[in-house]
Amino acid sequence: MNQATATEELIGRGARDGKRLFKEWFKELTEAAATGQKAAYVFVMGSLCELLRVFDLNIVFPEINSLQTAVRKVSDEYLSLAEDHGFSPDVCGYVKADYALQVRRGDHPMGQIPPPSVAVYTNACNTYIKWAEIWERMYDIPIVTLDVPGSRSAPGVALPGADLEQDRKYVEHQLRELIELLEKLTGVPFDIDRLRDVLRLTNDMGRSWRRLLEINQESPAVYDAMLEGTIYLGVVNGLRGTAEGAEYFADLVEEMEYKLERGITPHGEVPEEHRLIFVGVPCYPIFRRFYQLFSEWGGTFVGSTYLWFASGGLNSDFEYDLDRPVESLAEGLLLGVRSAVDSMLFQDRALIEAIDSHRADGVVYHPIKSCRTVSTGLADSRRVVLESRDVLALFIESDMMDKRVVSEAQMKNRVDAFFEGLNSRKLRLAGASTP
Amino acid sequence: MAETKSAAGSESTEPVRLLDFGPEVGLDEAIDRCRDLVEDTDFPTVRRWREAGGKVVGHFQVYFPEELAHAAGVLPVKVRGAPVERREADSHFGSYLCCIIRSSLELAITGRLELDMFVTHPICDAARNLAGIWSRNRPEPAQILYFPQNPNSTFSGTYLREEYARVLRDIEGIAGVQVTDDDLRRSIEVFNENRRLLRDLYEIKRETPWLLSVDEAYALVSVSGMITREEHNALLRPLIPLIRERDARPQDKMRVVFEGGFCEQPPFDLLRSISEFCYVVDDDLLIGLRWILESVPTQGDPLANLADGYLNHSSYSPVQHDLRKPKEKMLLERIRDSRAEAVIVSAAKMCEPGLDEQVAYSQALDEEEIPYFITEFEEKMTRYDHLRIQLETFVENLLFE
Repeated sequence: MNQATATEELIGRGARDGKRLFKEWFKELTEAAATGQKAAYVFVMGSLCELLRVFDLNIVFPEINSLQTAVRKVSDEYLSLAEDHGFSPDVCGYVKADYALQVRRGDHPMGQIPPPSVAVYTNACNTYIKWAEIWERMYDIPIVTLDVPGSRSAPGVALPGADLEQDRKYVEHQLRELIELLEKLTGVPFDIDRLRDVLRLTNDMGRSWRRLLEINQESPAVYDAMLEGTIYLGVVNGLRGTAEGAEYFADLVEEMEYKLERGITPHGEVPEEHRLIFVGVPCYPIFRRFYQLFSEWGGTFVGSTYLWFASGGLNSDFEYDLDRPVESLAEGLLLGVRSAVDSMLFQDRALIEAIDSHRADGVVYHPIKSCRTVSTGLADSRRVVLESRDVLALFIESDMMDKRVVSEAQMKNRVDAFFEGLNSRKLRLAGASTP
Repeated sequence: MAETKSAAGSESTEPVRLLDFGPEVGLDEAIDRCRDLVEDTDFPTVRRWREAGGKVVGHFQVYFPEELAHAAGVLPVKVRGAPVERREADSHFGSYLCCIIRSSLELAITGRLELDMFVTHPICDAARNLAGIWSRNRPEPAQILYFPQNPNSTFSGTYLREEYARVLRDIEGIAGVQVTDDDLRRSIEVFNENRRLLRDLYEIKRETPWLLSVDEAYALVSVSGMITREEHNALLRPLIPLIRERDARPQDKMRVVFEGGFCEQPPFDLLRSISEFCYVVDDDLLIGLRWILESVPTQGDPLANLADGYLNHSSYSPVQHDLRKPKEKMLLERIRDSRAEAVIVSAAKMCEPGLDEQVAYSQALDEEEIPYFITEFEEKMTRYDHLRIQLETFVENLLFE
């Protein structure tokens, strides 16, 4: 294969295949809805896809369904319906969009979503629990909270932490209770060898995911962690524990390595001017425009905390021990959820490390009305980061679902001022280094 | 009053007196003085305790096993925010957040409320962020006590017992003492008496609400989060008979349940406004102080008993998930038990769990055809005209239905 053909085939393959896989996934969900197959509702922070696949359950991610309504510019229809039913404008937009989706009998812009047969979720987000209680009321289905104790305090504080083994035992015990429930619900006996196979695929996927995150430490970056990263994030969750998912990420790493060798940047002709870290959840109601506000100035998101906390723990070095699948699944769930929660609750240290490893010039904080888990600590964490590192920070509040609190013009003014600051800082630093 | 183990670890026969009044001032005066203390944003009782050399554990809403601190001779203080002007804390937070987490931090970073340790809980997505924020801004250690969110797991009791043991070790560390099982049992006894006295107060509200308005009861209950339980027991013991002897006649007021005060607290004047139109015969105000519904056994393993009390003999709130306690069914039970005619379904502004629950509550109340009034509040609100008009209209509509 000559270079021109290779470039043509490789560049953009991840985006193309990701889109195709997503379409296929929603097609399968539509078929499942039409034929009355069982579906498990799960969330990105601790989805337990591996276990649920062993019981032949269709996997539904309501967070992804909801954000897709915003990306496809119809979230306001869903939010309005939920608010008509009594939901406050101040609660999570994902919950409201999903509530409306259920009221609309699964009608979604990407297809038909089957109703839940069971909901399995962790306490990584308290709203997950409130959300599942809604399904319990609507459908009278079993809902299972996998309670995963997080870090008790910030790393390095005076108090000693909890006994990890004690916490692991608690999680394992709950997993075994869940397995019993799933056997009864589905009539499928638990097959530990199938679980082993699925865990192996997740291990493969995790190695690729970590390489993907690492690759953008190089300069110039080869993908935008806020734009393209979010697409990859959708696939890593939706196809976790599948052969297609593992293959997709192996291909994606190949594509990124290829781009890295040739210095191919995500913005095409626009060179990488500023290396940025994104903190929070993207602004989905104007997703493409939100990205452009930064890319037009040559700003590339080389890293994103979203790709840490929403990747189901794949960002951490943990791999399942296939010799002891259930015990290891418990350990992985504990460490994965803990890593996700720590990266929100105690994030300043991880962020400082990311600034160093990615040689970032600036940090963009995007707290959102919908999510207190992600957003509550951001303003305070910013103070610590700015005291510790010579970077500029931008703090813009909006939402991931609700266009009513997204002011594009105001946002643009703030972003422009941020880049003017970055540019003058760059000039100043260049001047200082000139003899 | 019981002996108090001092923060230095020695047994002291001289208990530290935190209230500057006692039941001898009479019922009305005692209620007023309690209200003054609860509204005093300089926390004079906590200051007195610290000036006497005592250590303080501040625990954020909703529930904390205060017996652990008590057994170590440490004062457990309920961190429940305050209607203070927030000059420092607001710059540490974004926009879409409730008042209580902001004002709680304000109290700490401005030195109004000095603690030796701070404990928050994963009750909501905002509150659990407090441990990180606290530790970045305050020298005292801050941590999260992870209550089980899967209390239906057969392992949750074992887990919680170990979690309590962990927190106890941390408290021992700051107090410089070692707590024995007998210390814990003595503390459980003190708190059992307190639980009984609070049940008595609520029985008065339920059976003879004209004798004790919601704001008066709130003053008497709320002060317990800032004094020793021995002192609170000594205050309530003689006051409860005085309440029962009060010369007051029933009025033609509607019996209501107030729901939504489990975390951020409504101002006194809001409660007083409600009491002008209604008898609040039950509520979830500061429900953490009344979380365990029965006496905790003093035989056997005290930590396991406390864990069992939390999990299996407890009230409900929007921030605890338990398949045995669907919140809307628990509310209906509260309404039935208190023979209430209507409900005020309230929530603190920006309180996601409270606002989420309003939907389930209103749907259940519609099905049962129980009248309800939905509202929001903030700890810092100062005007009640609008609420009074709405409430008056609500009550009149029902009276003339």
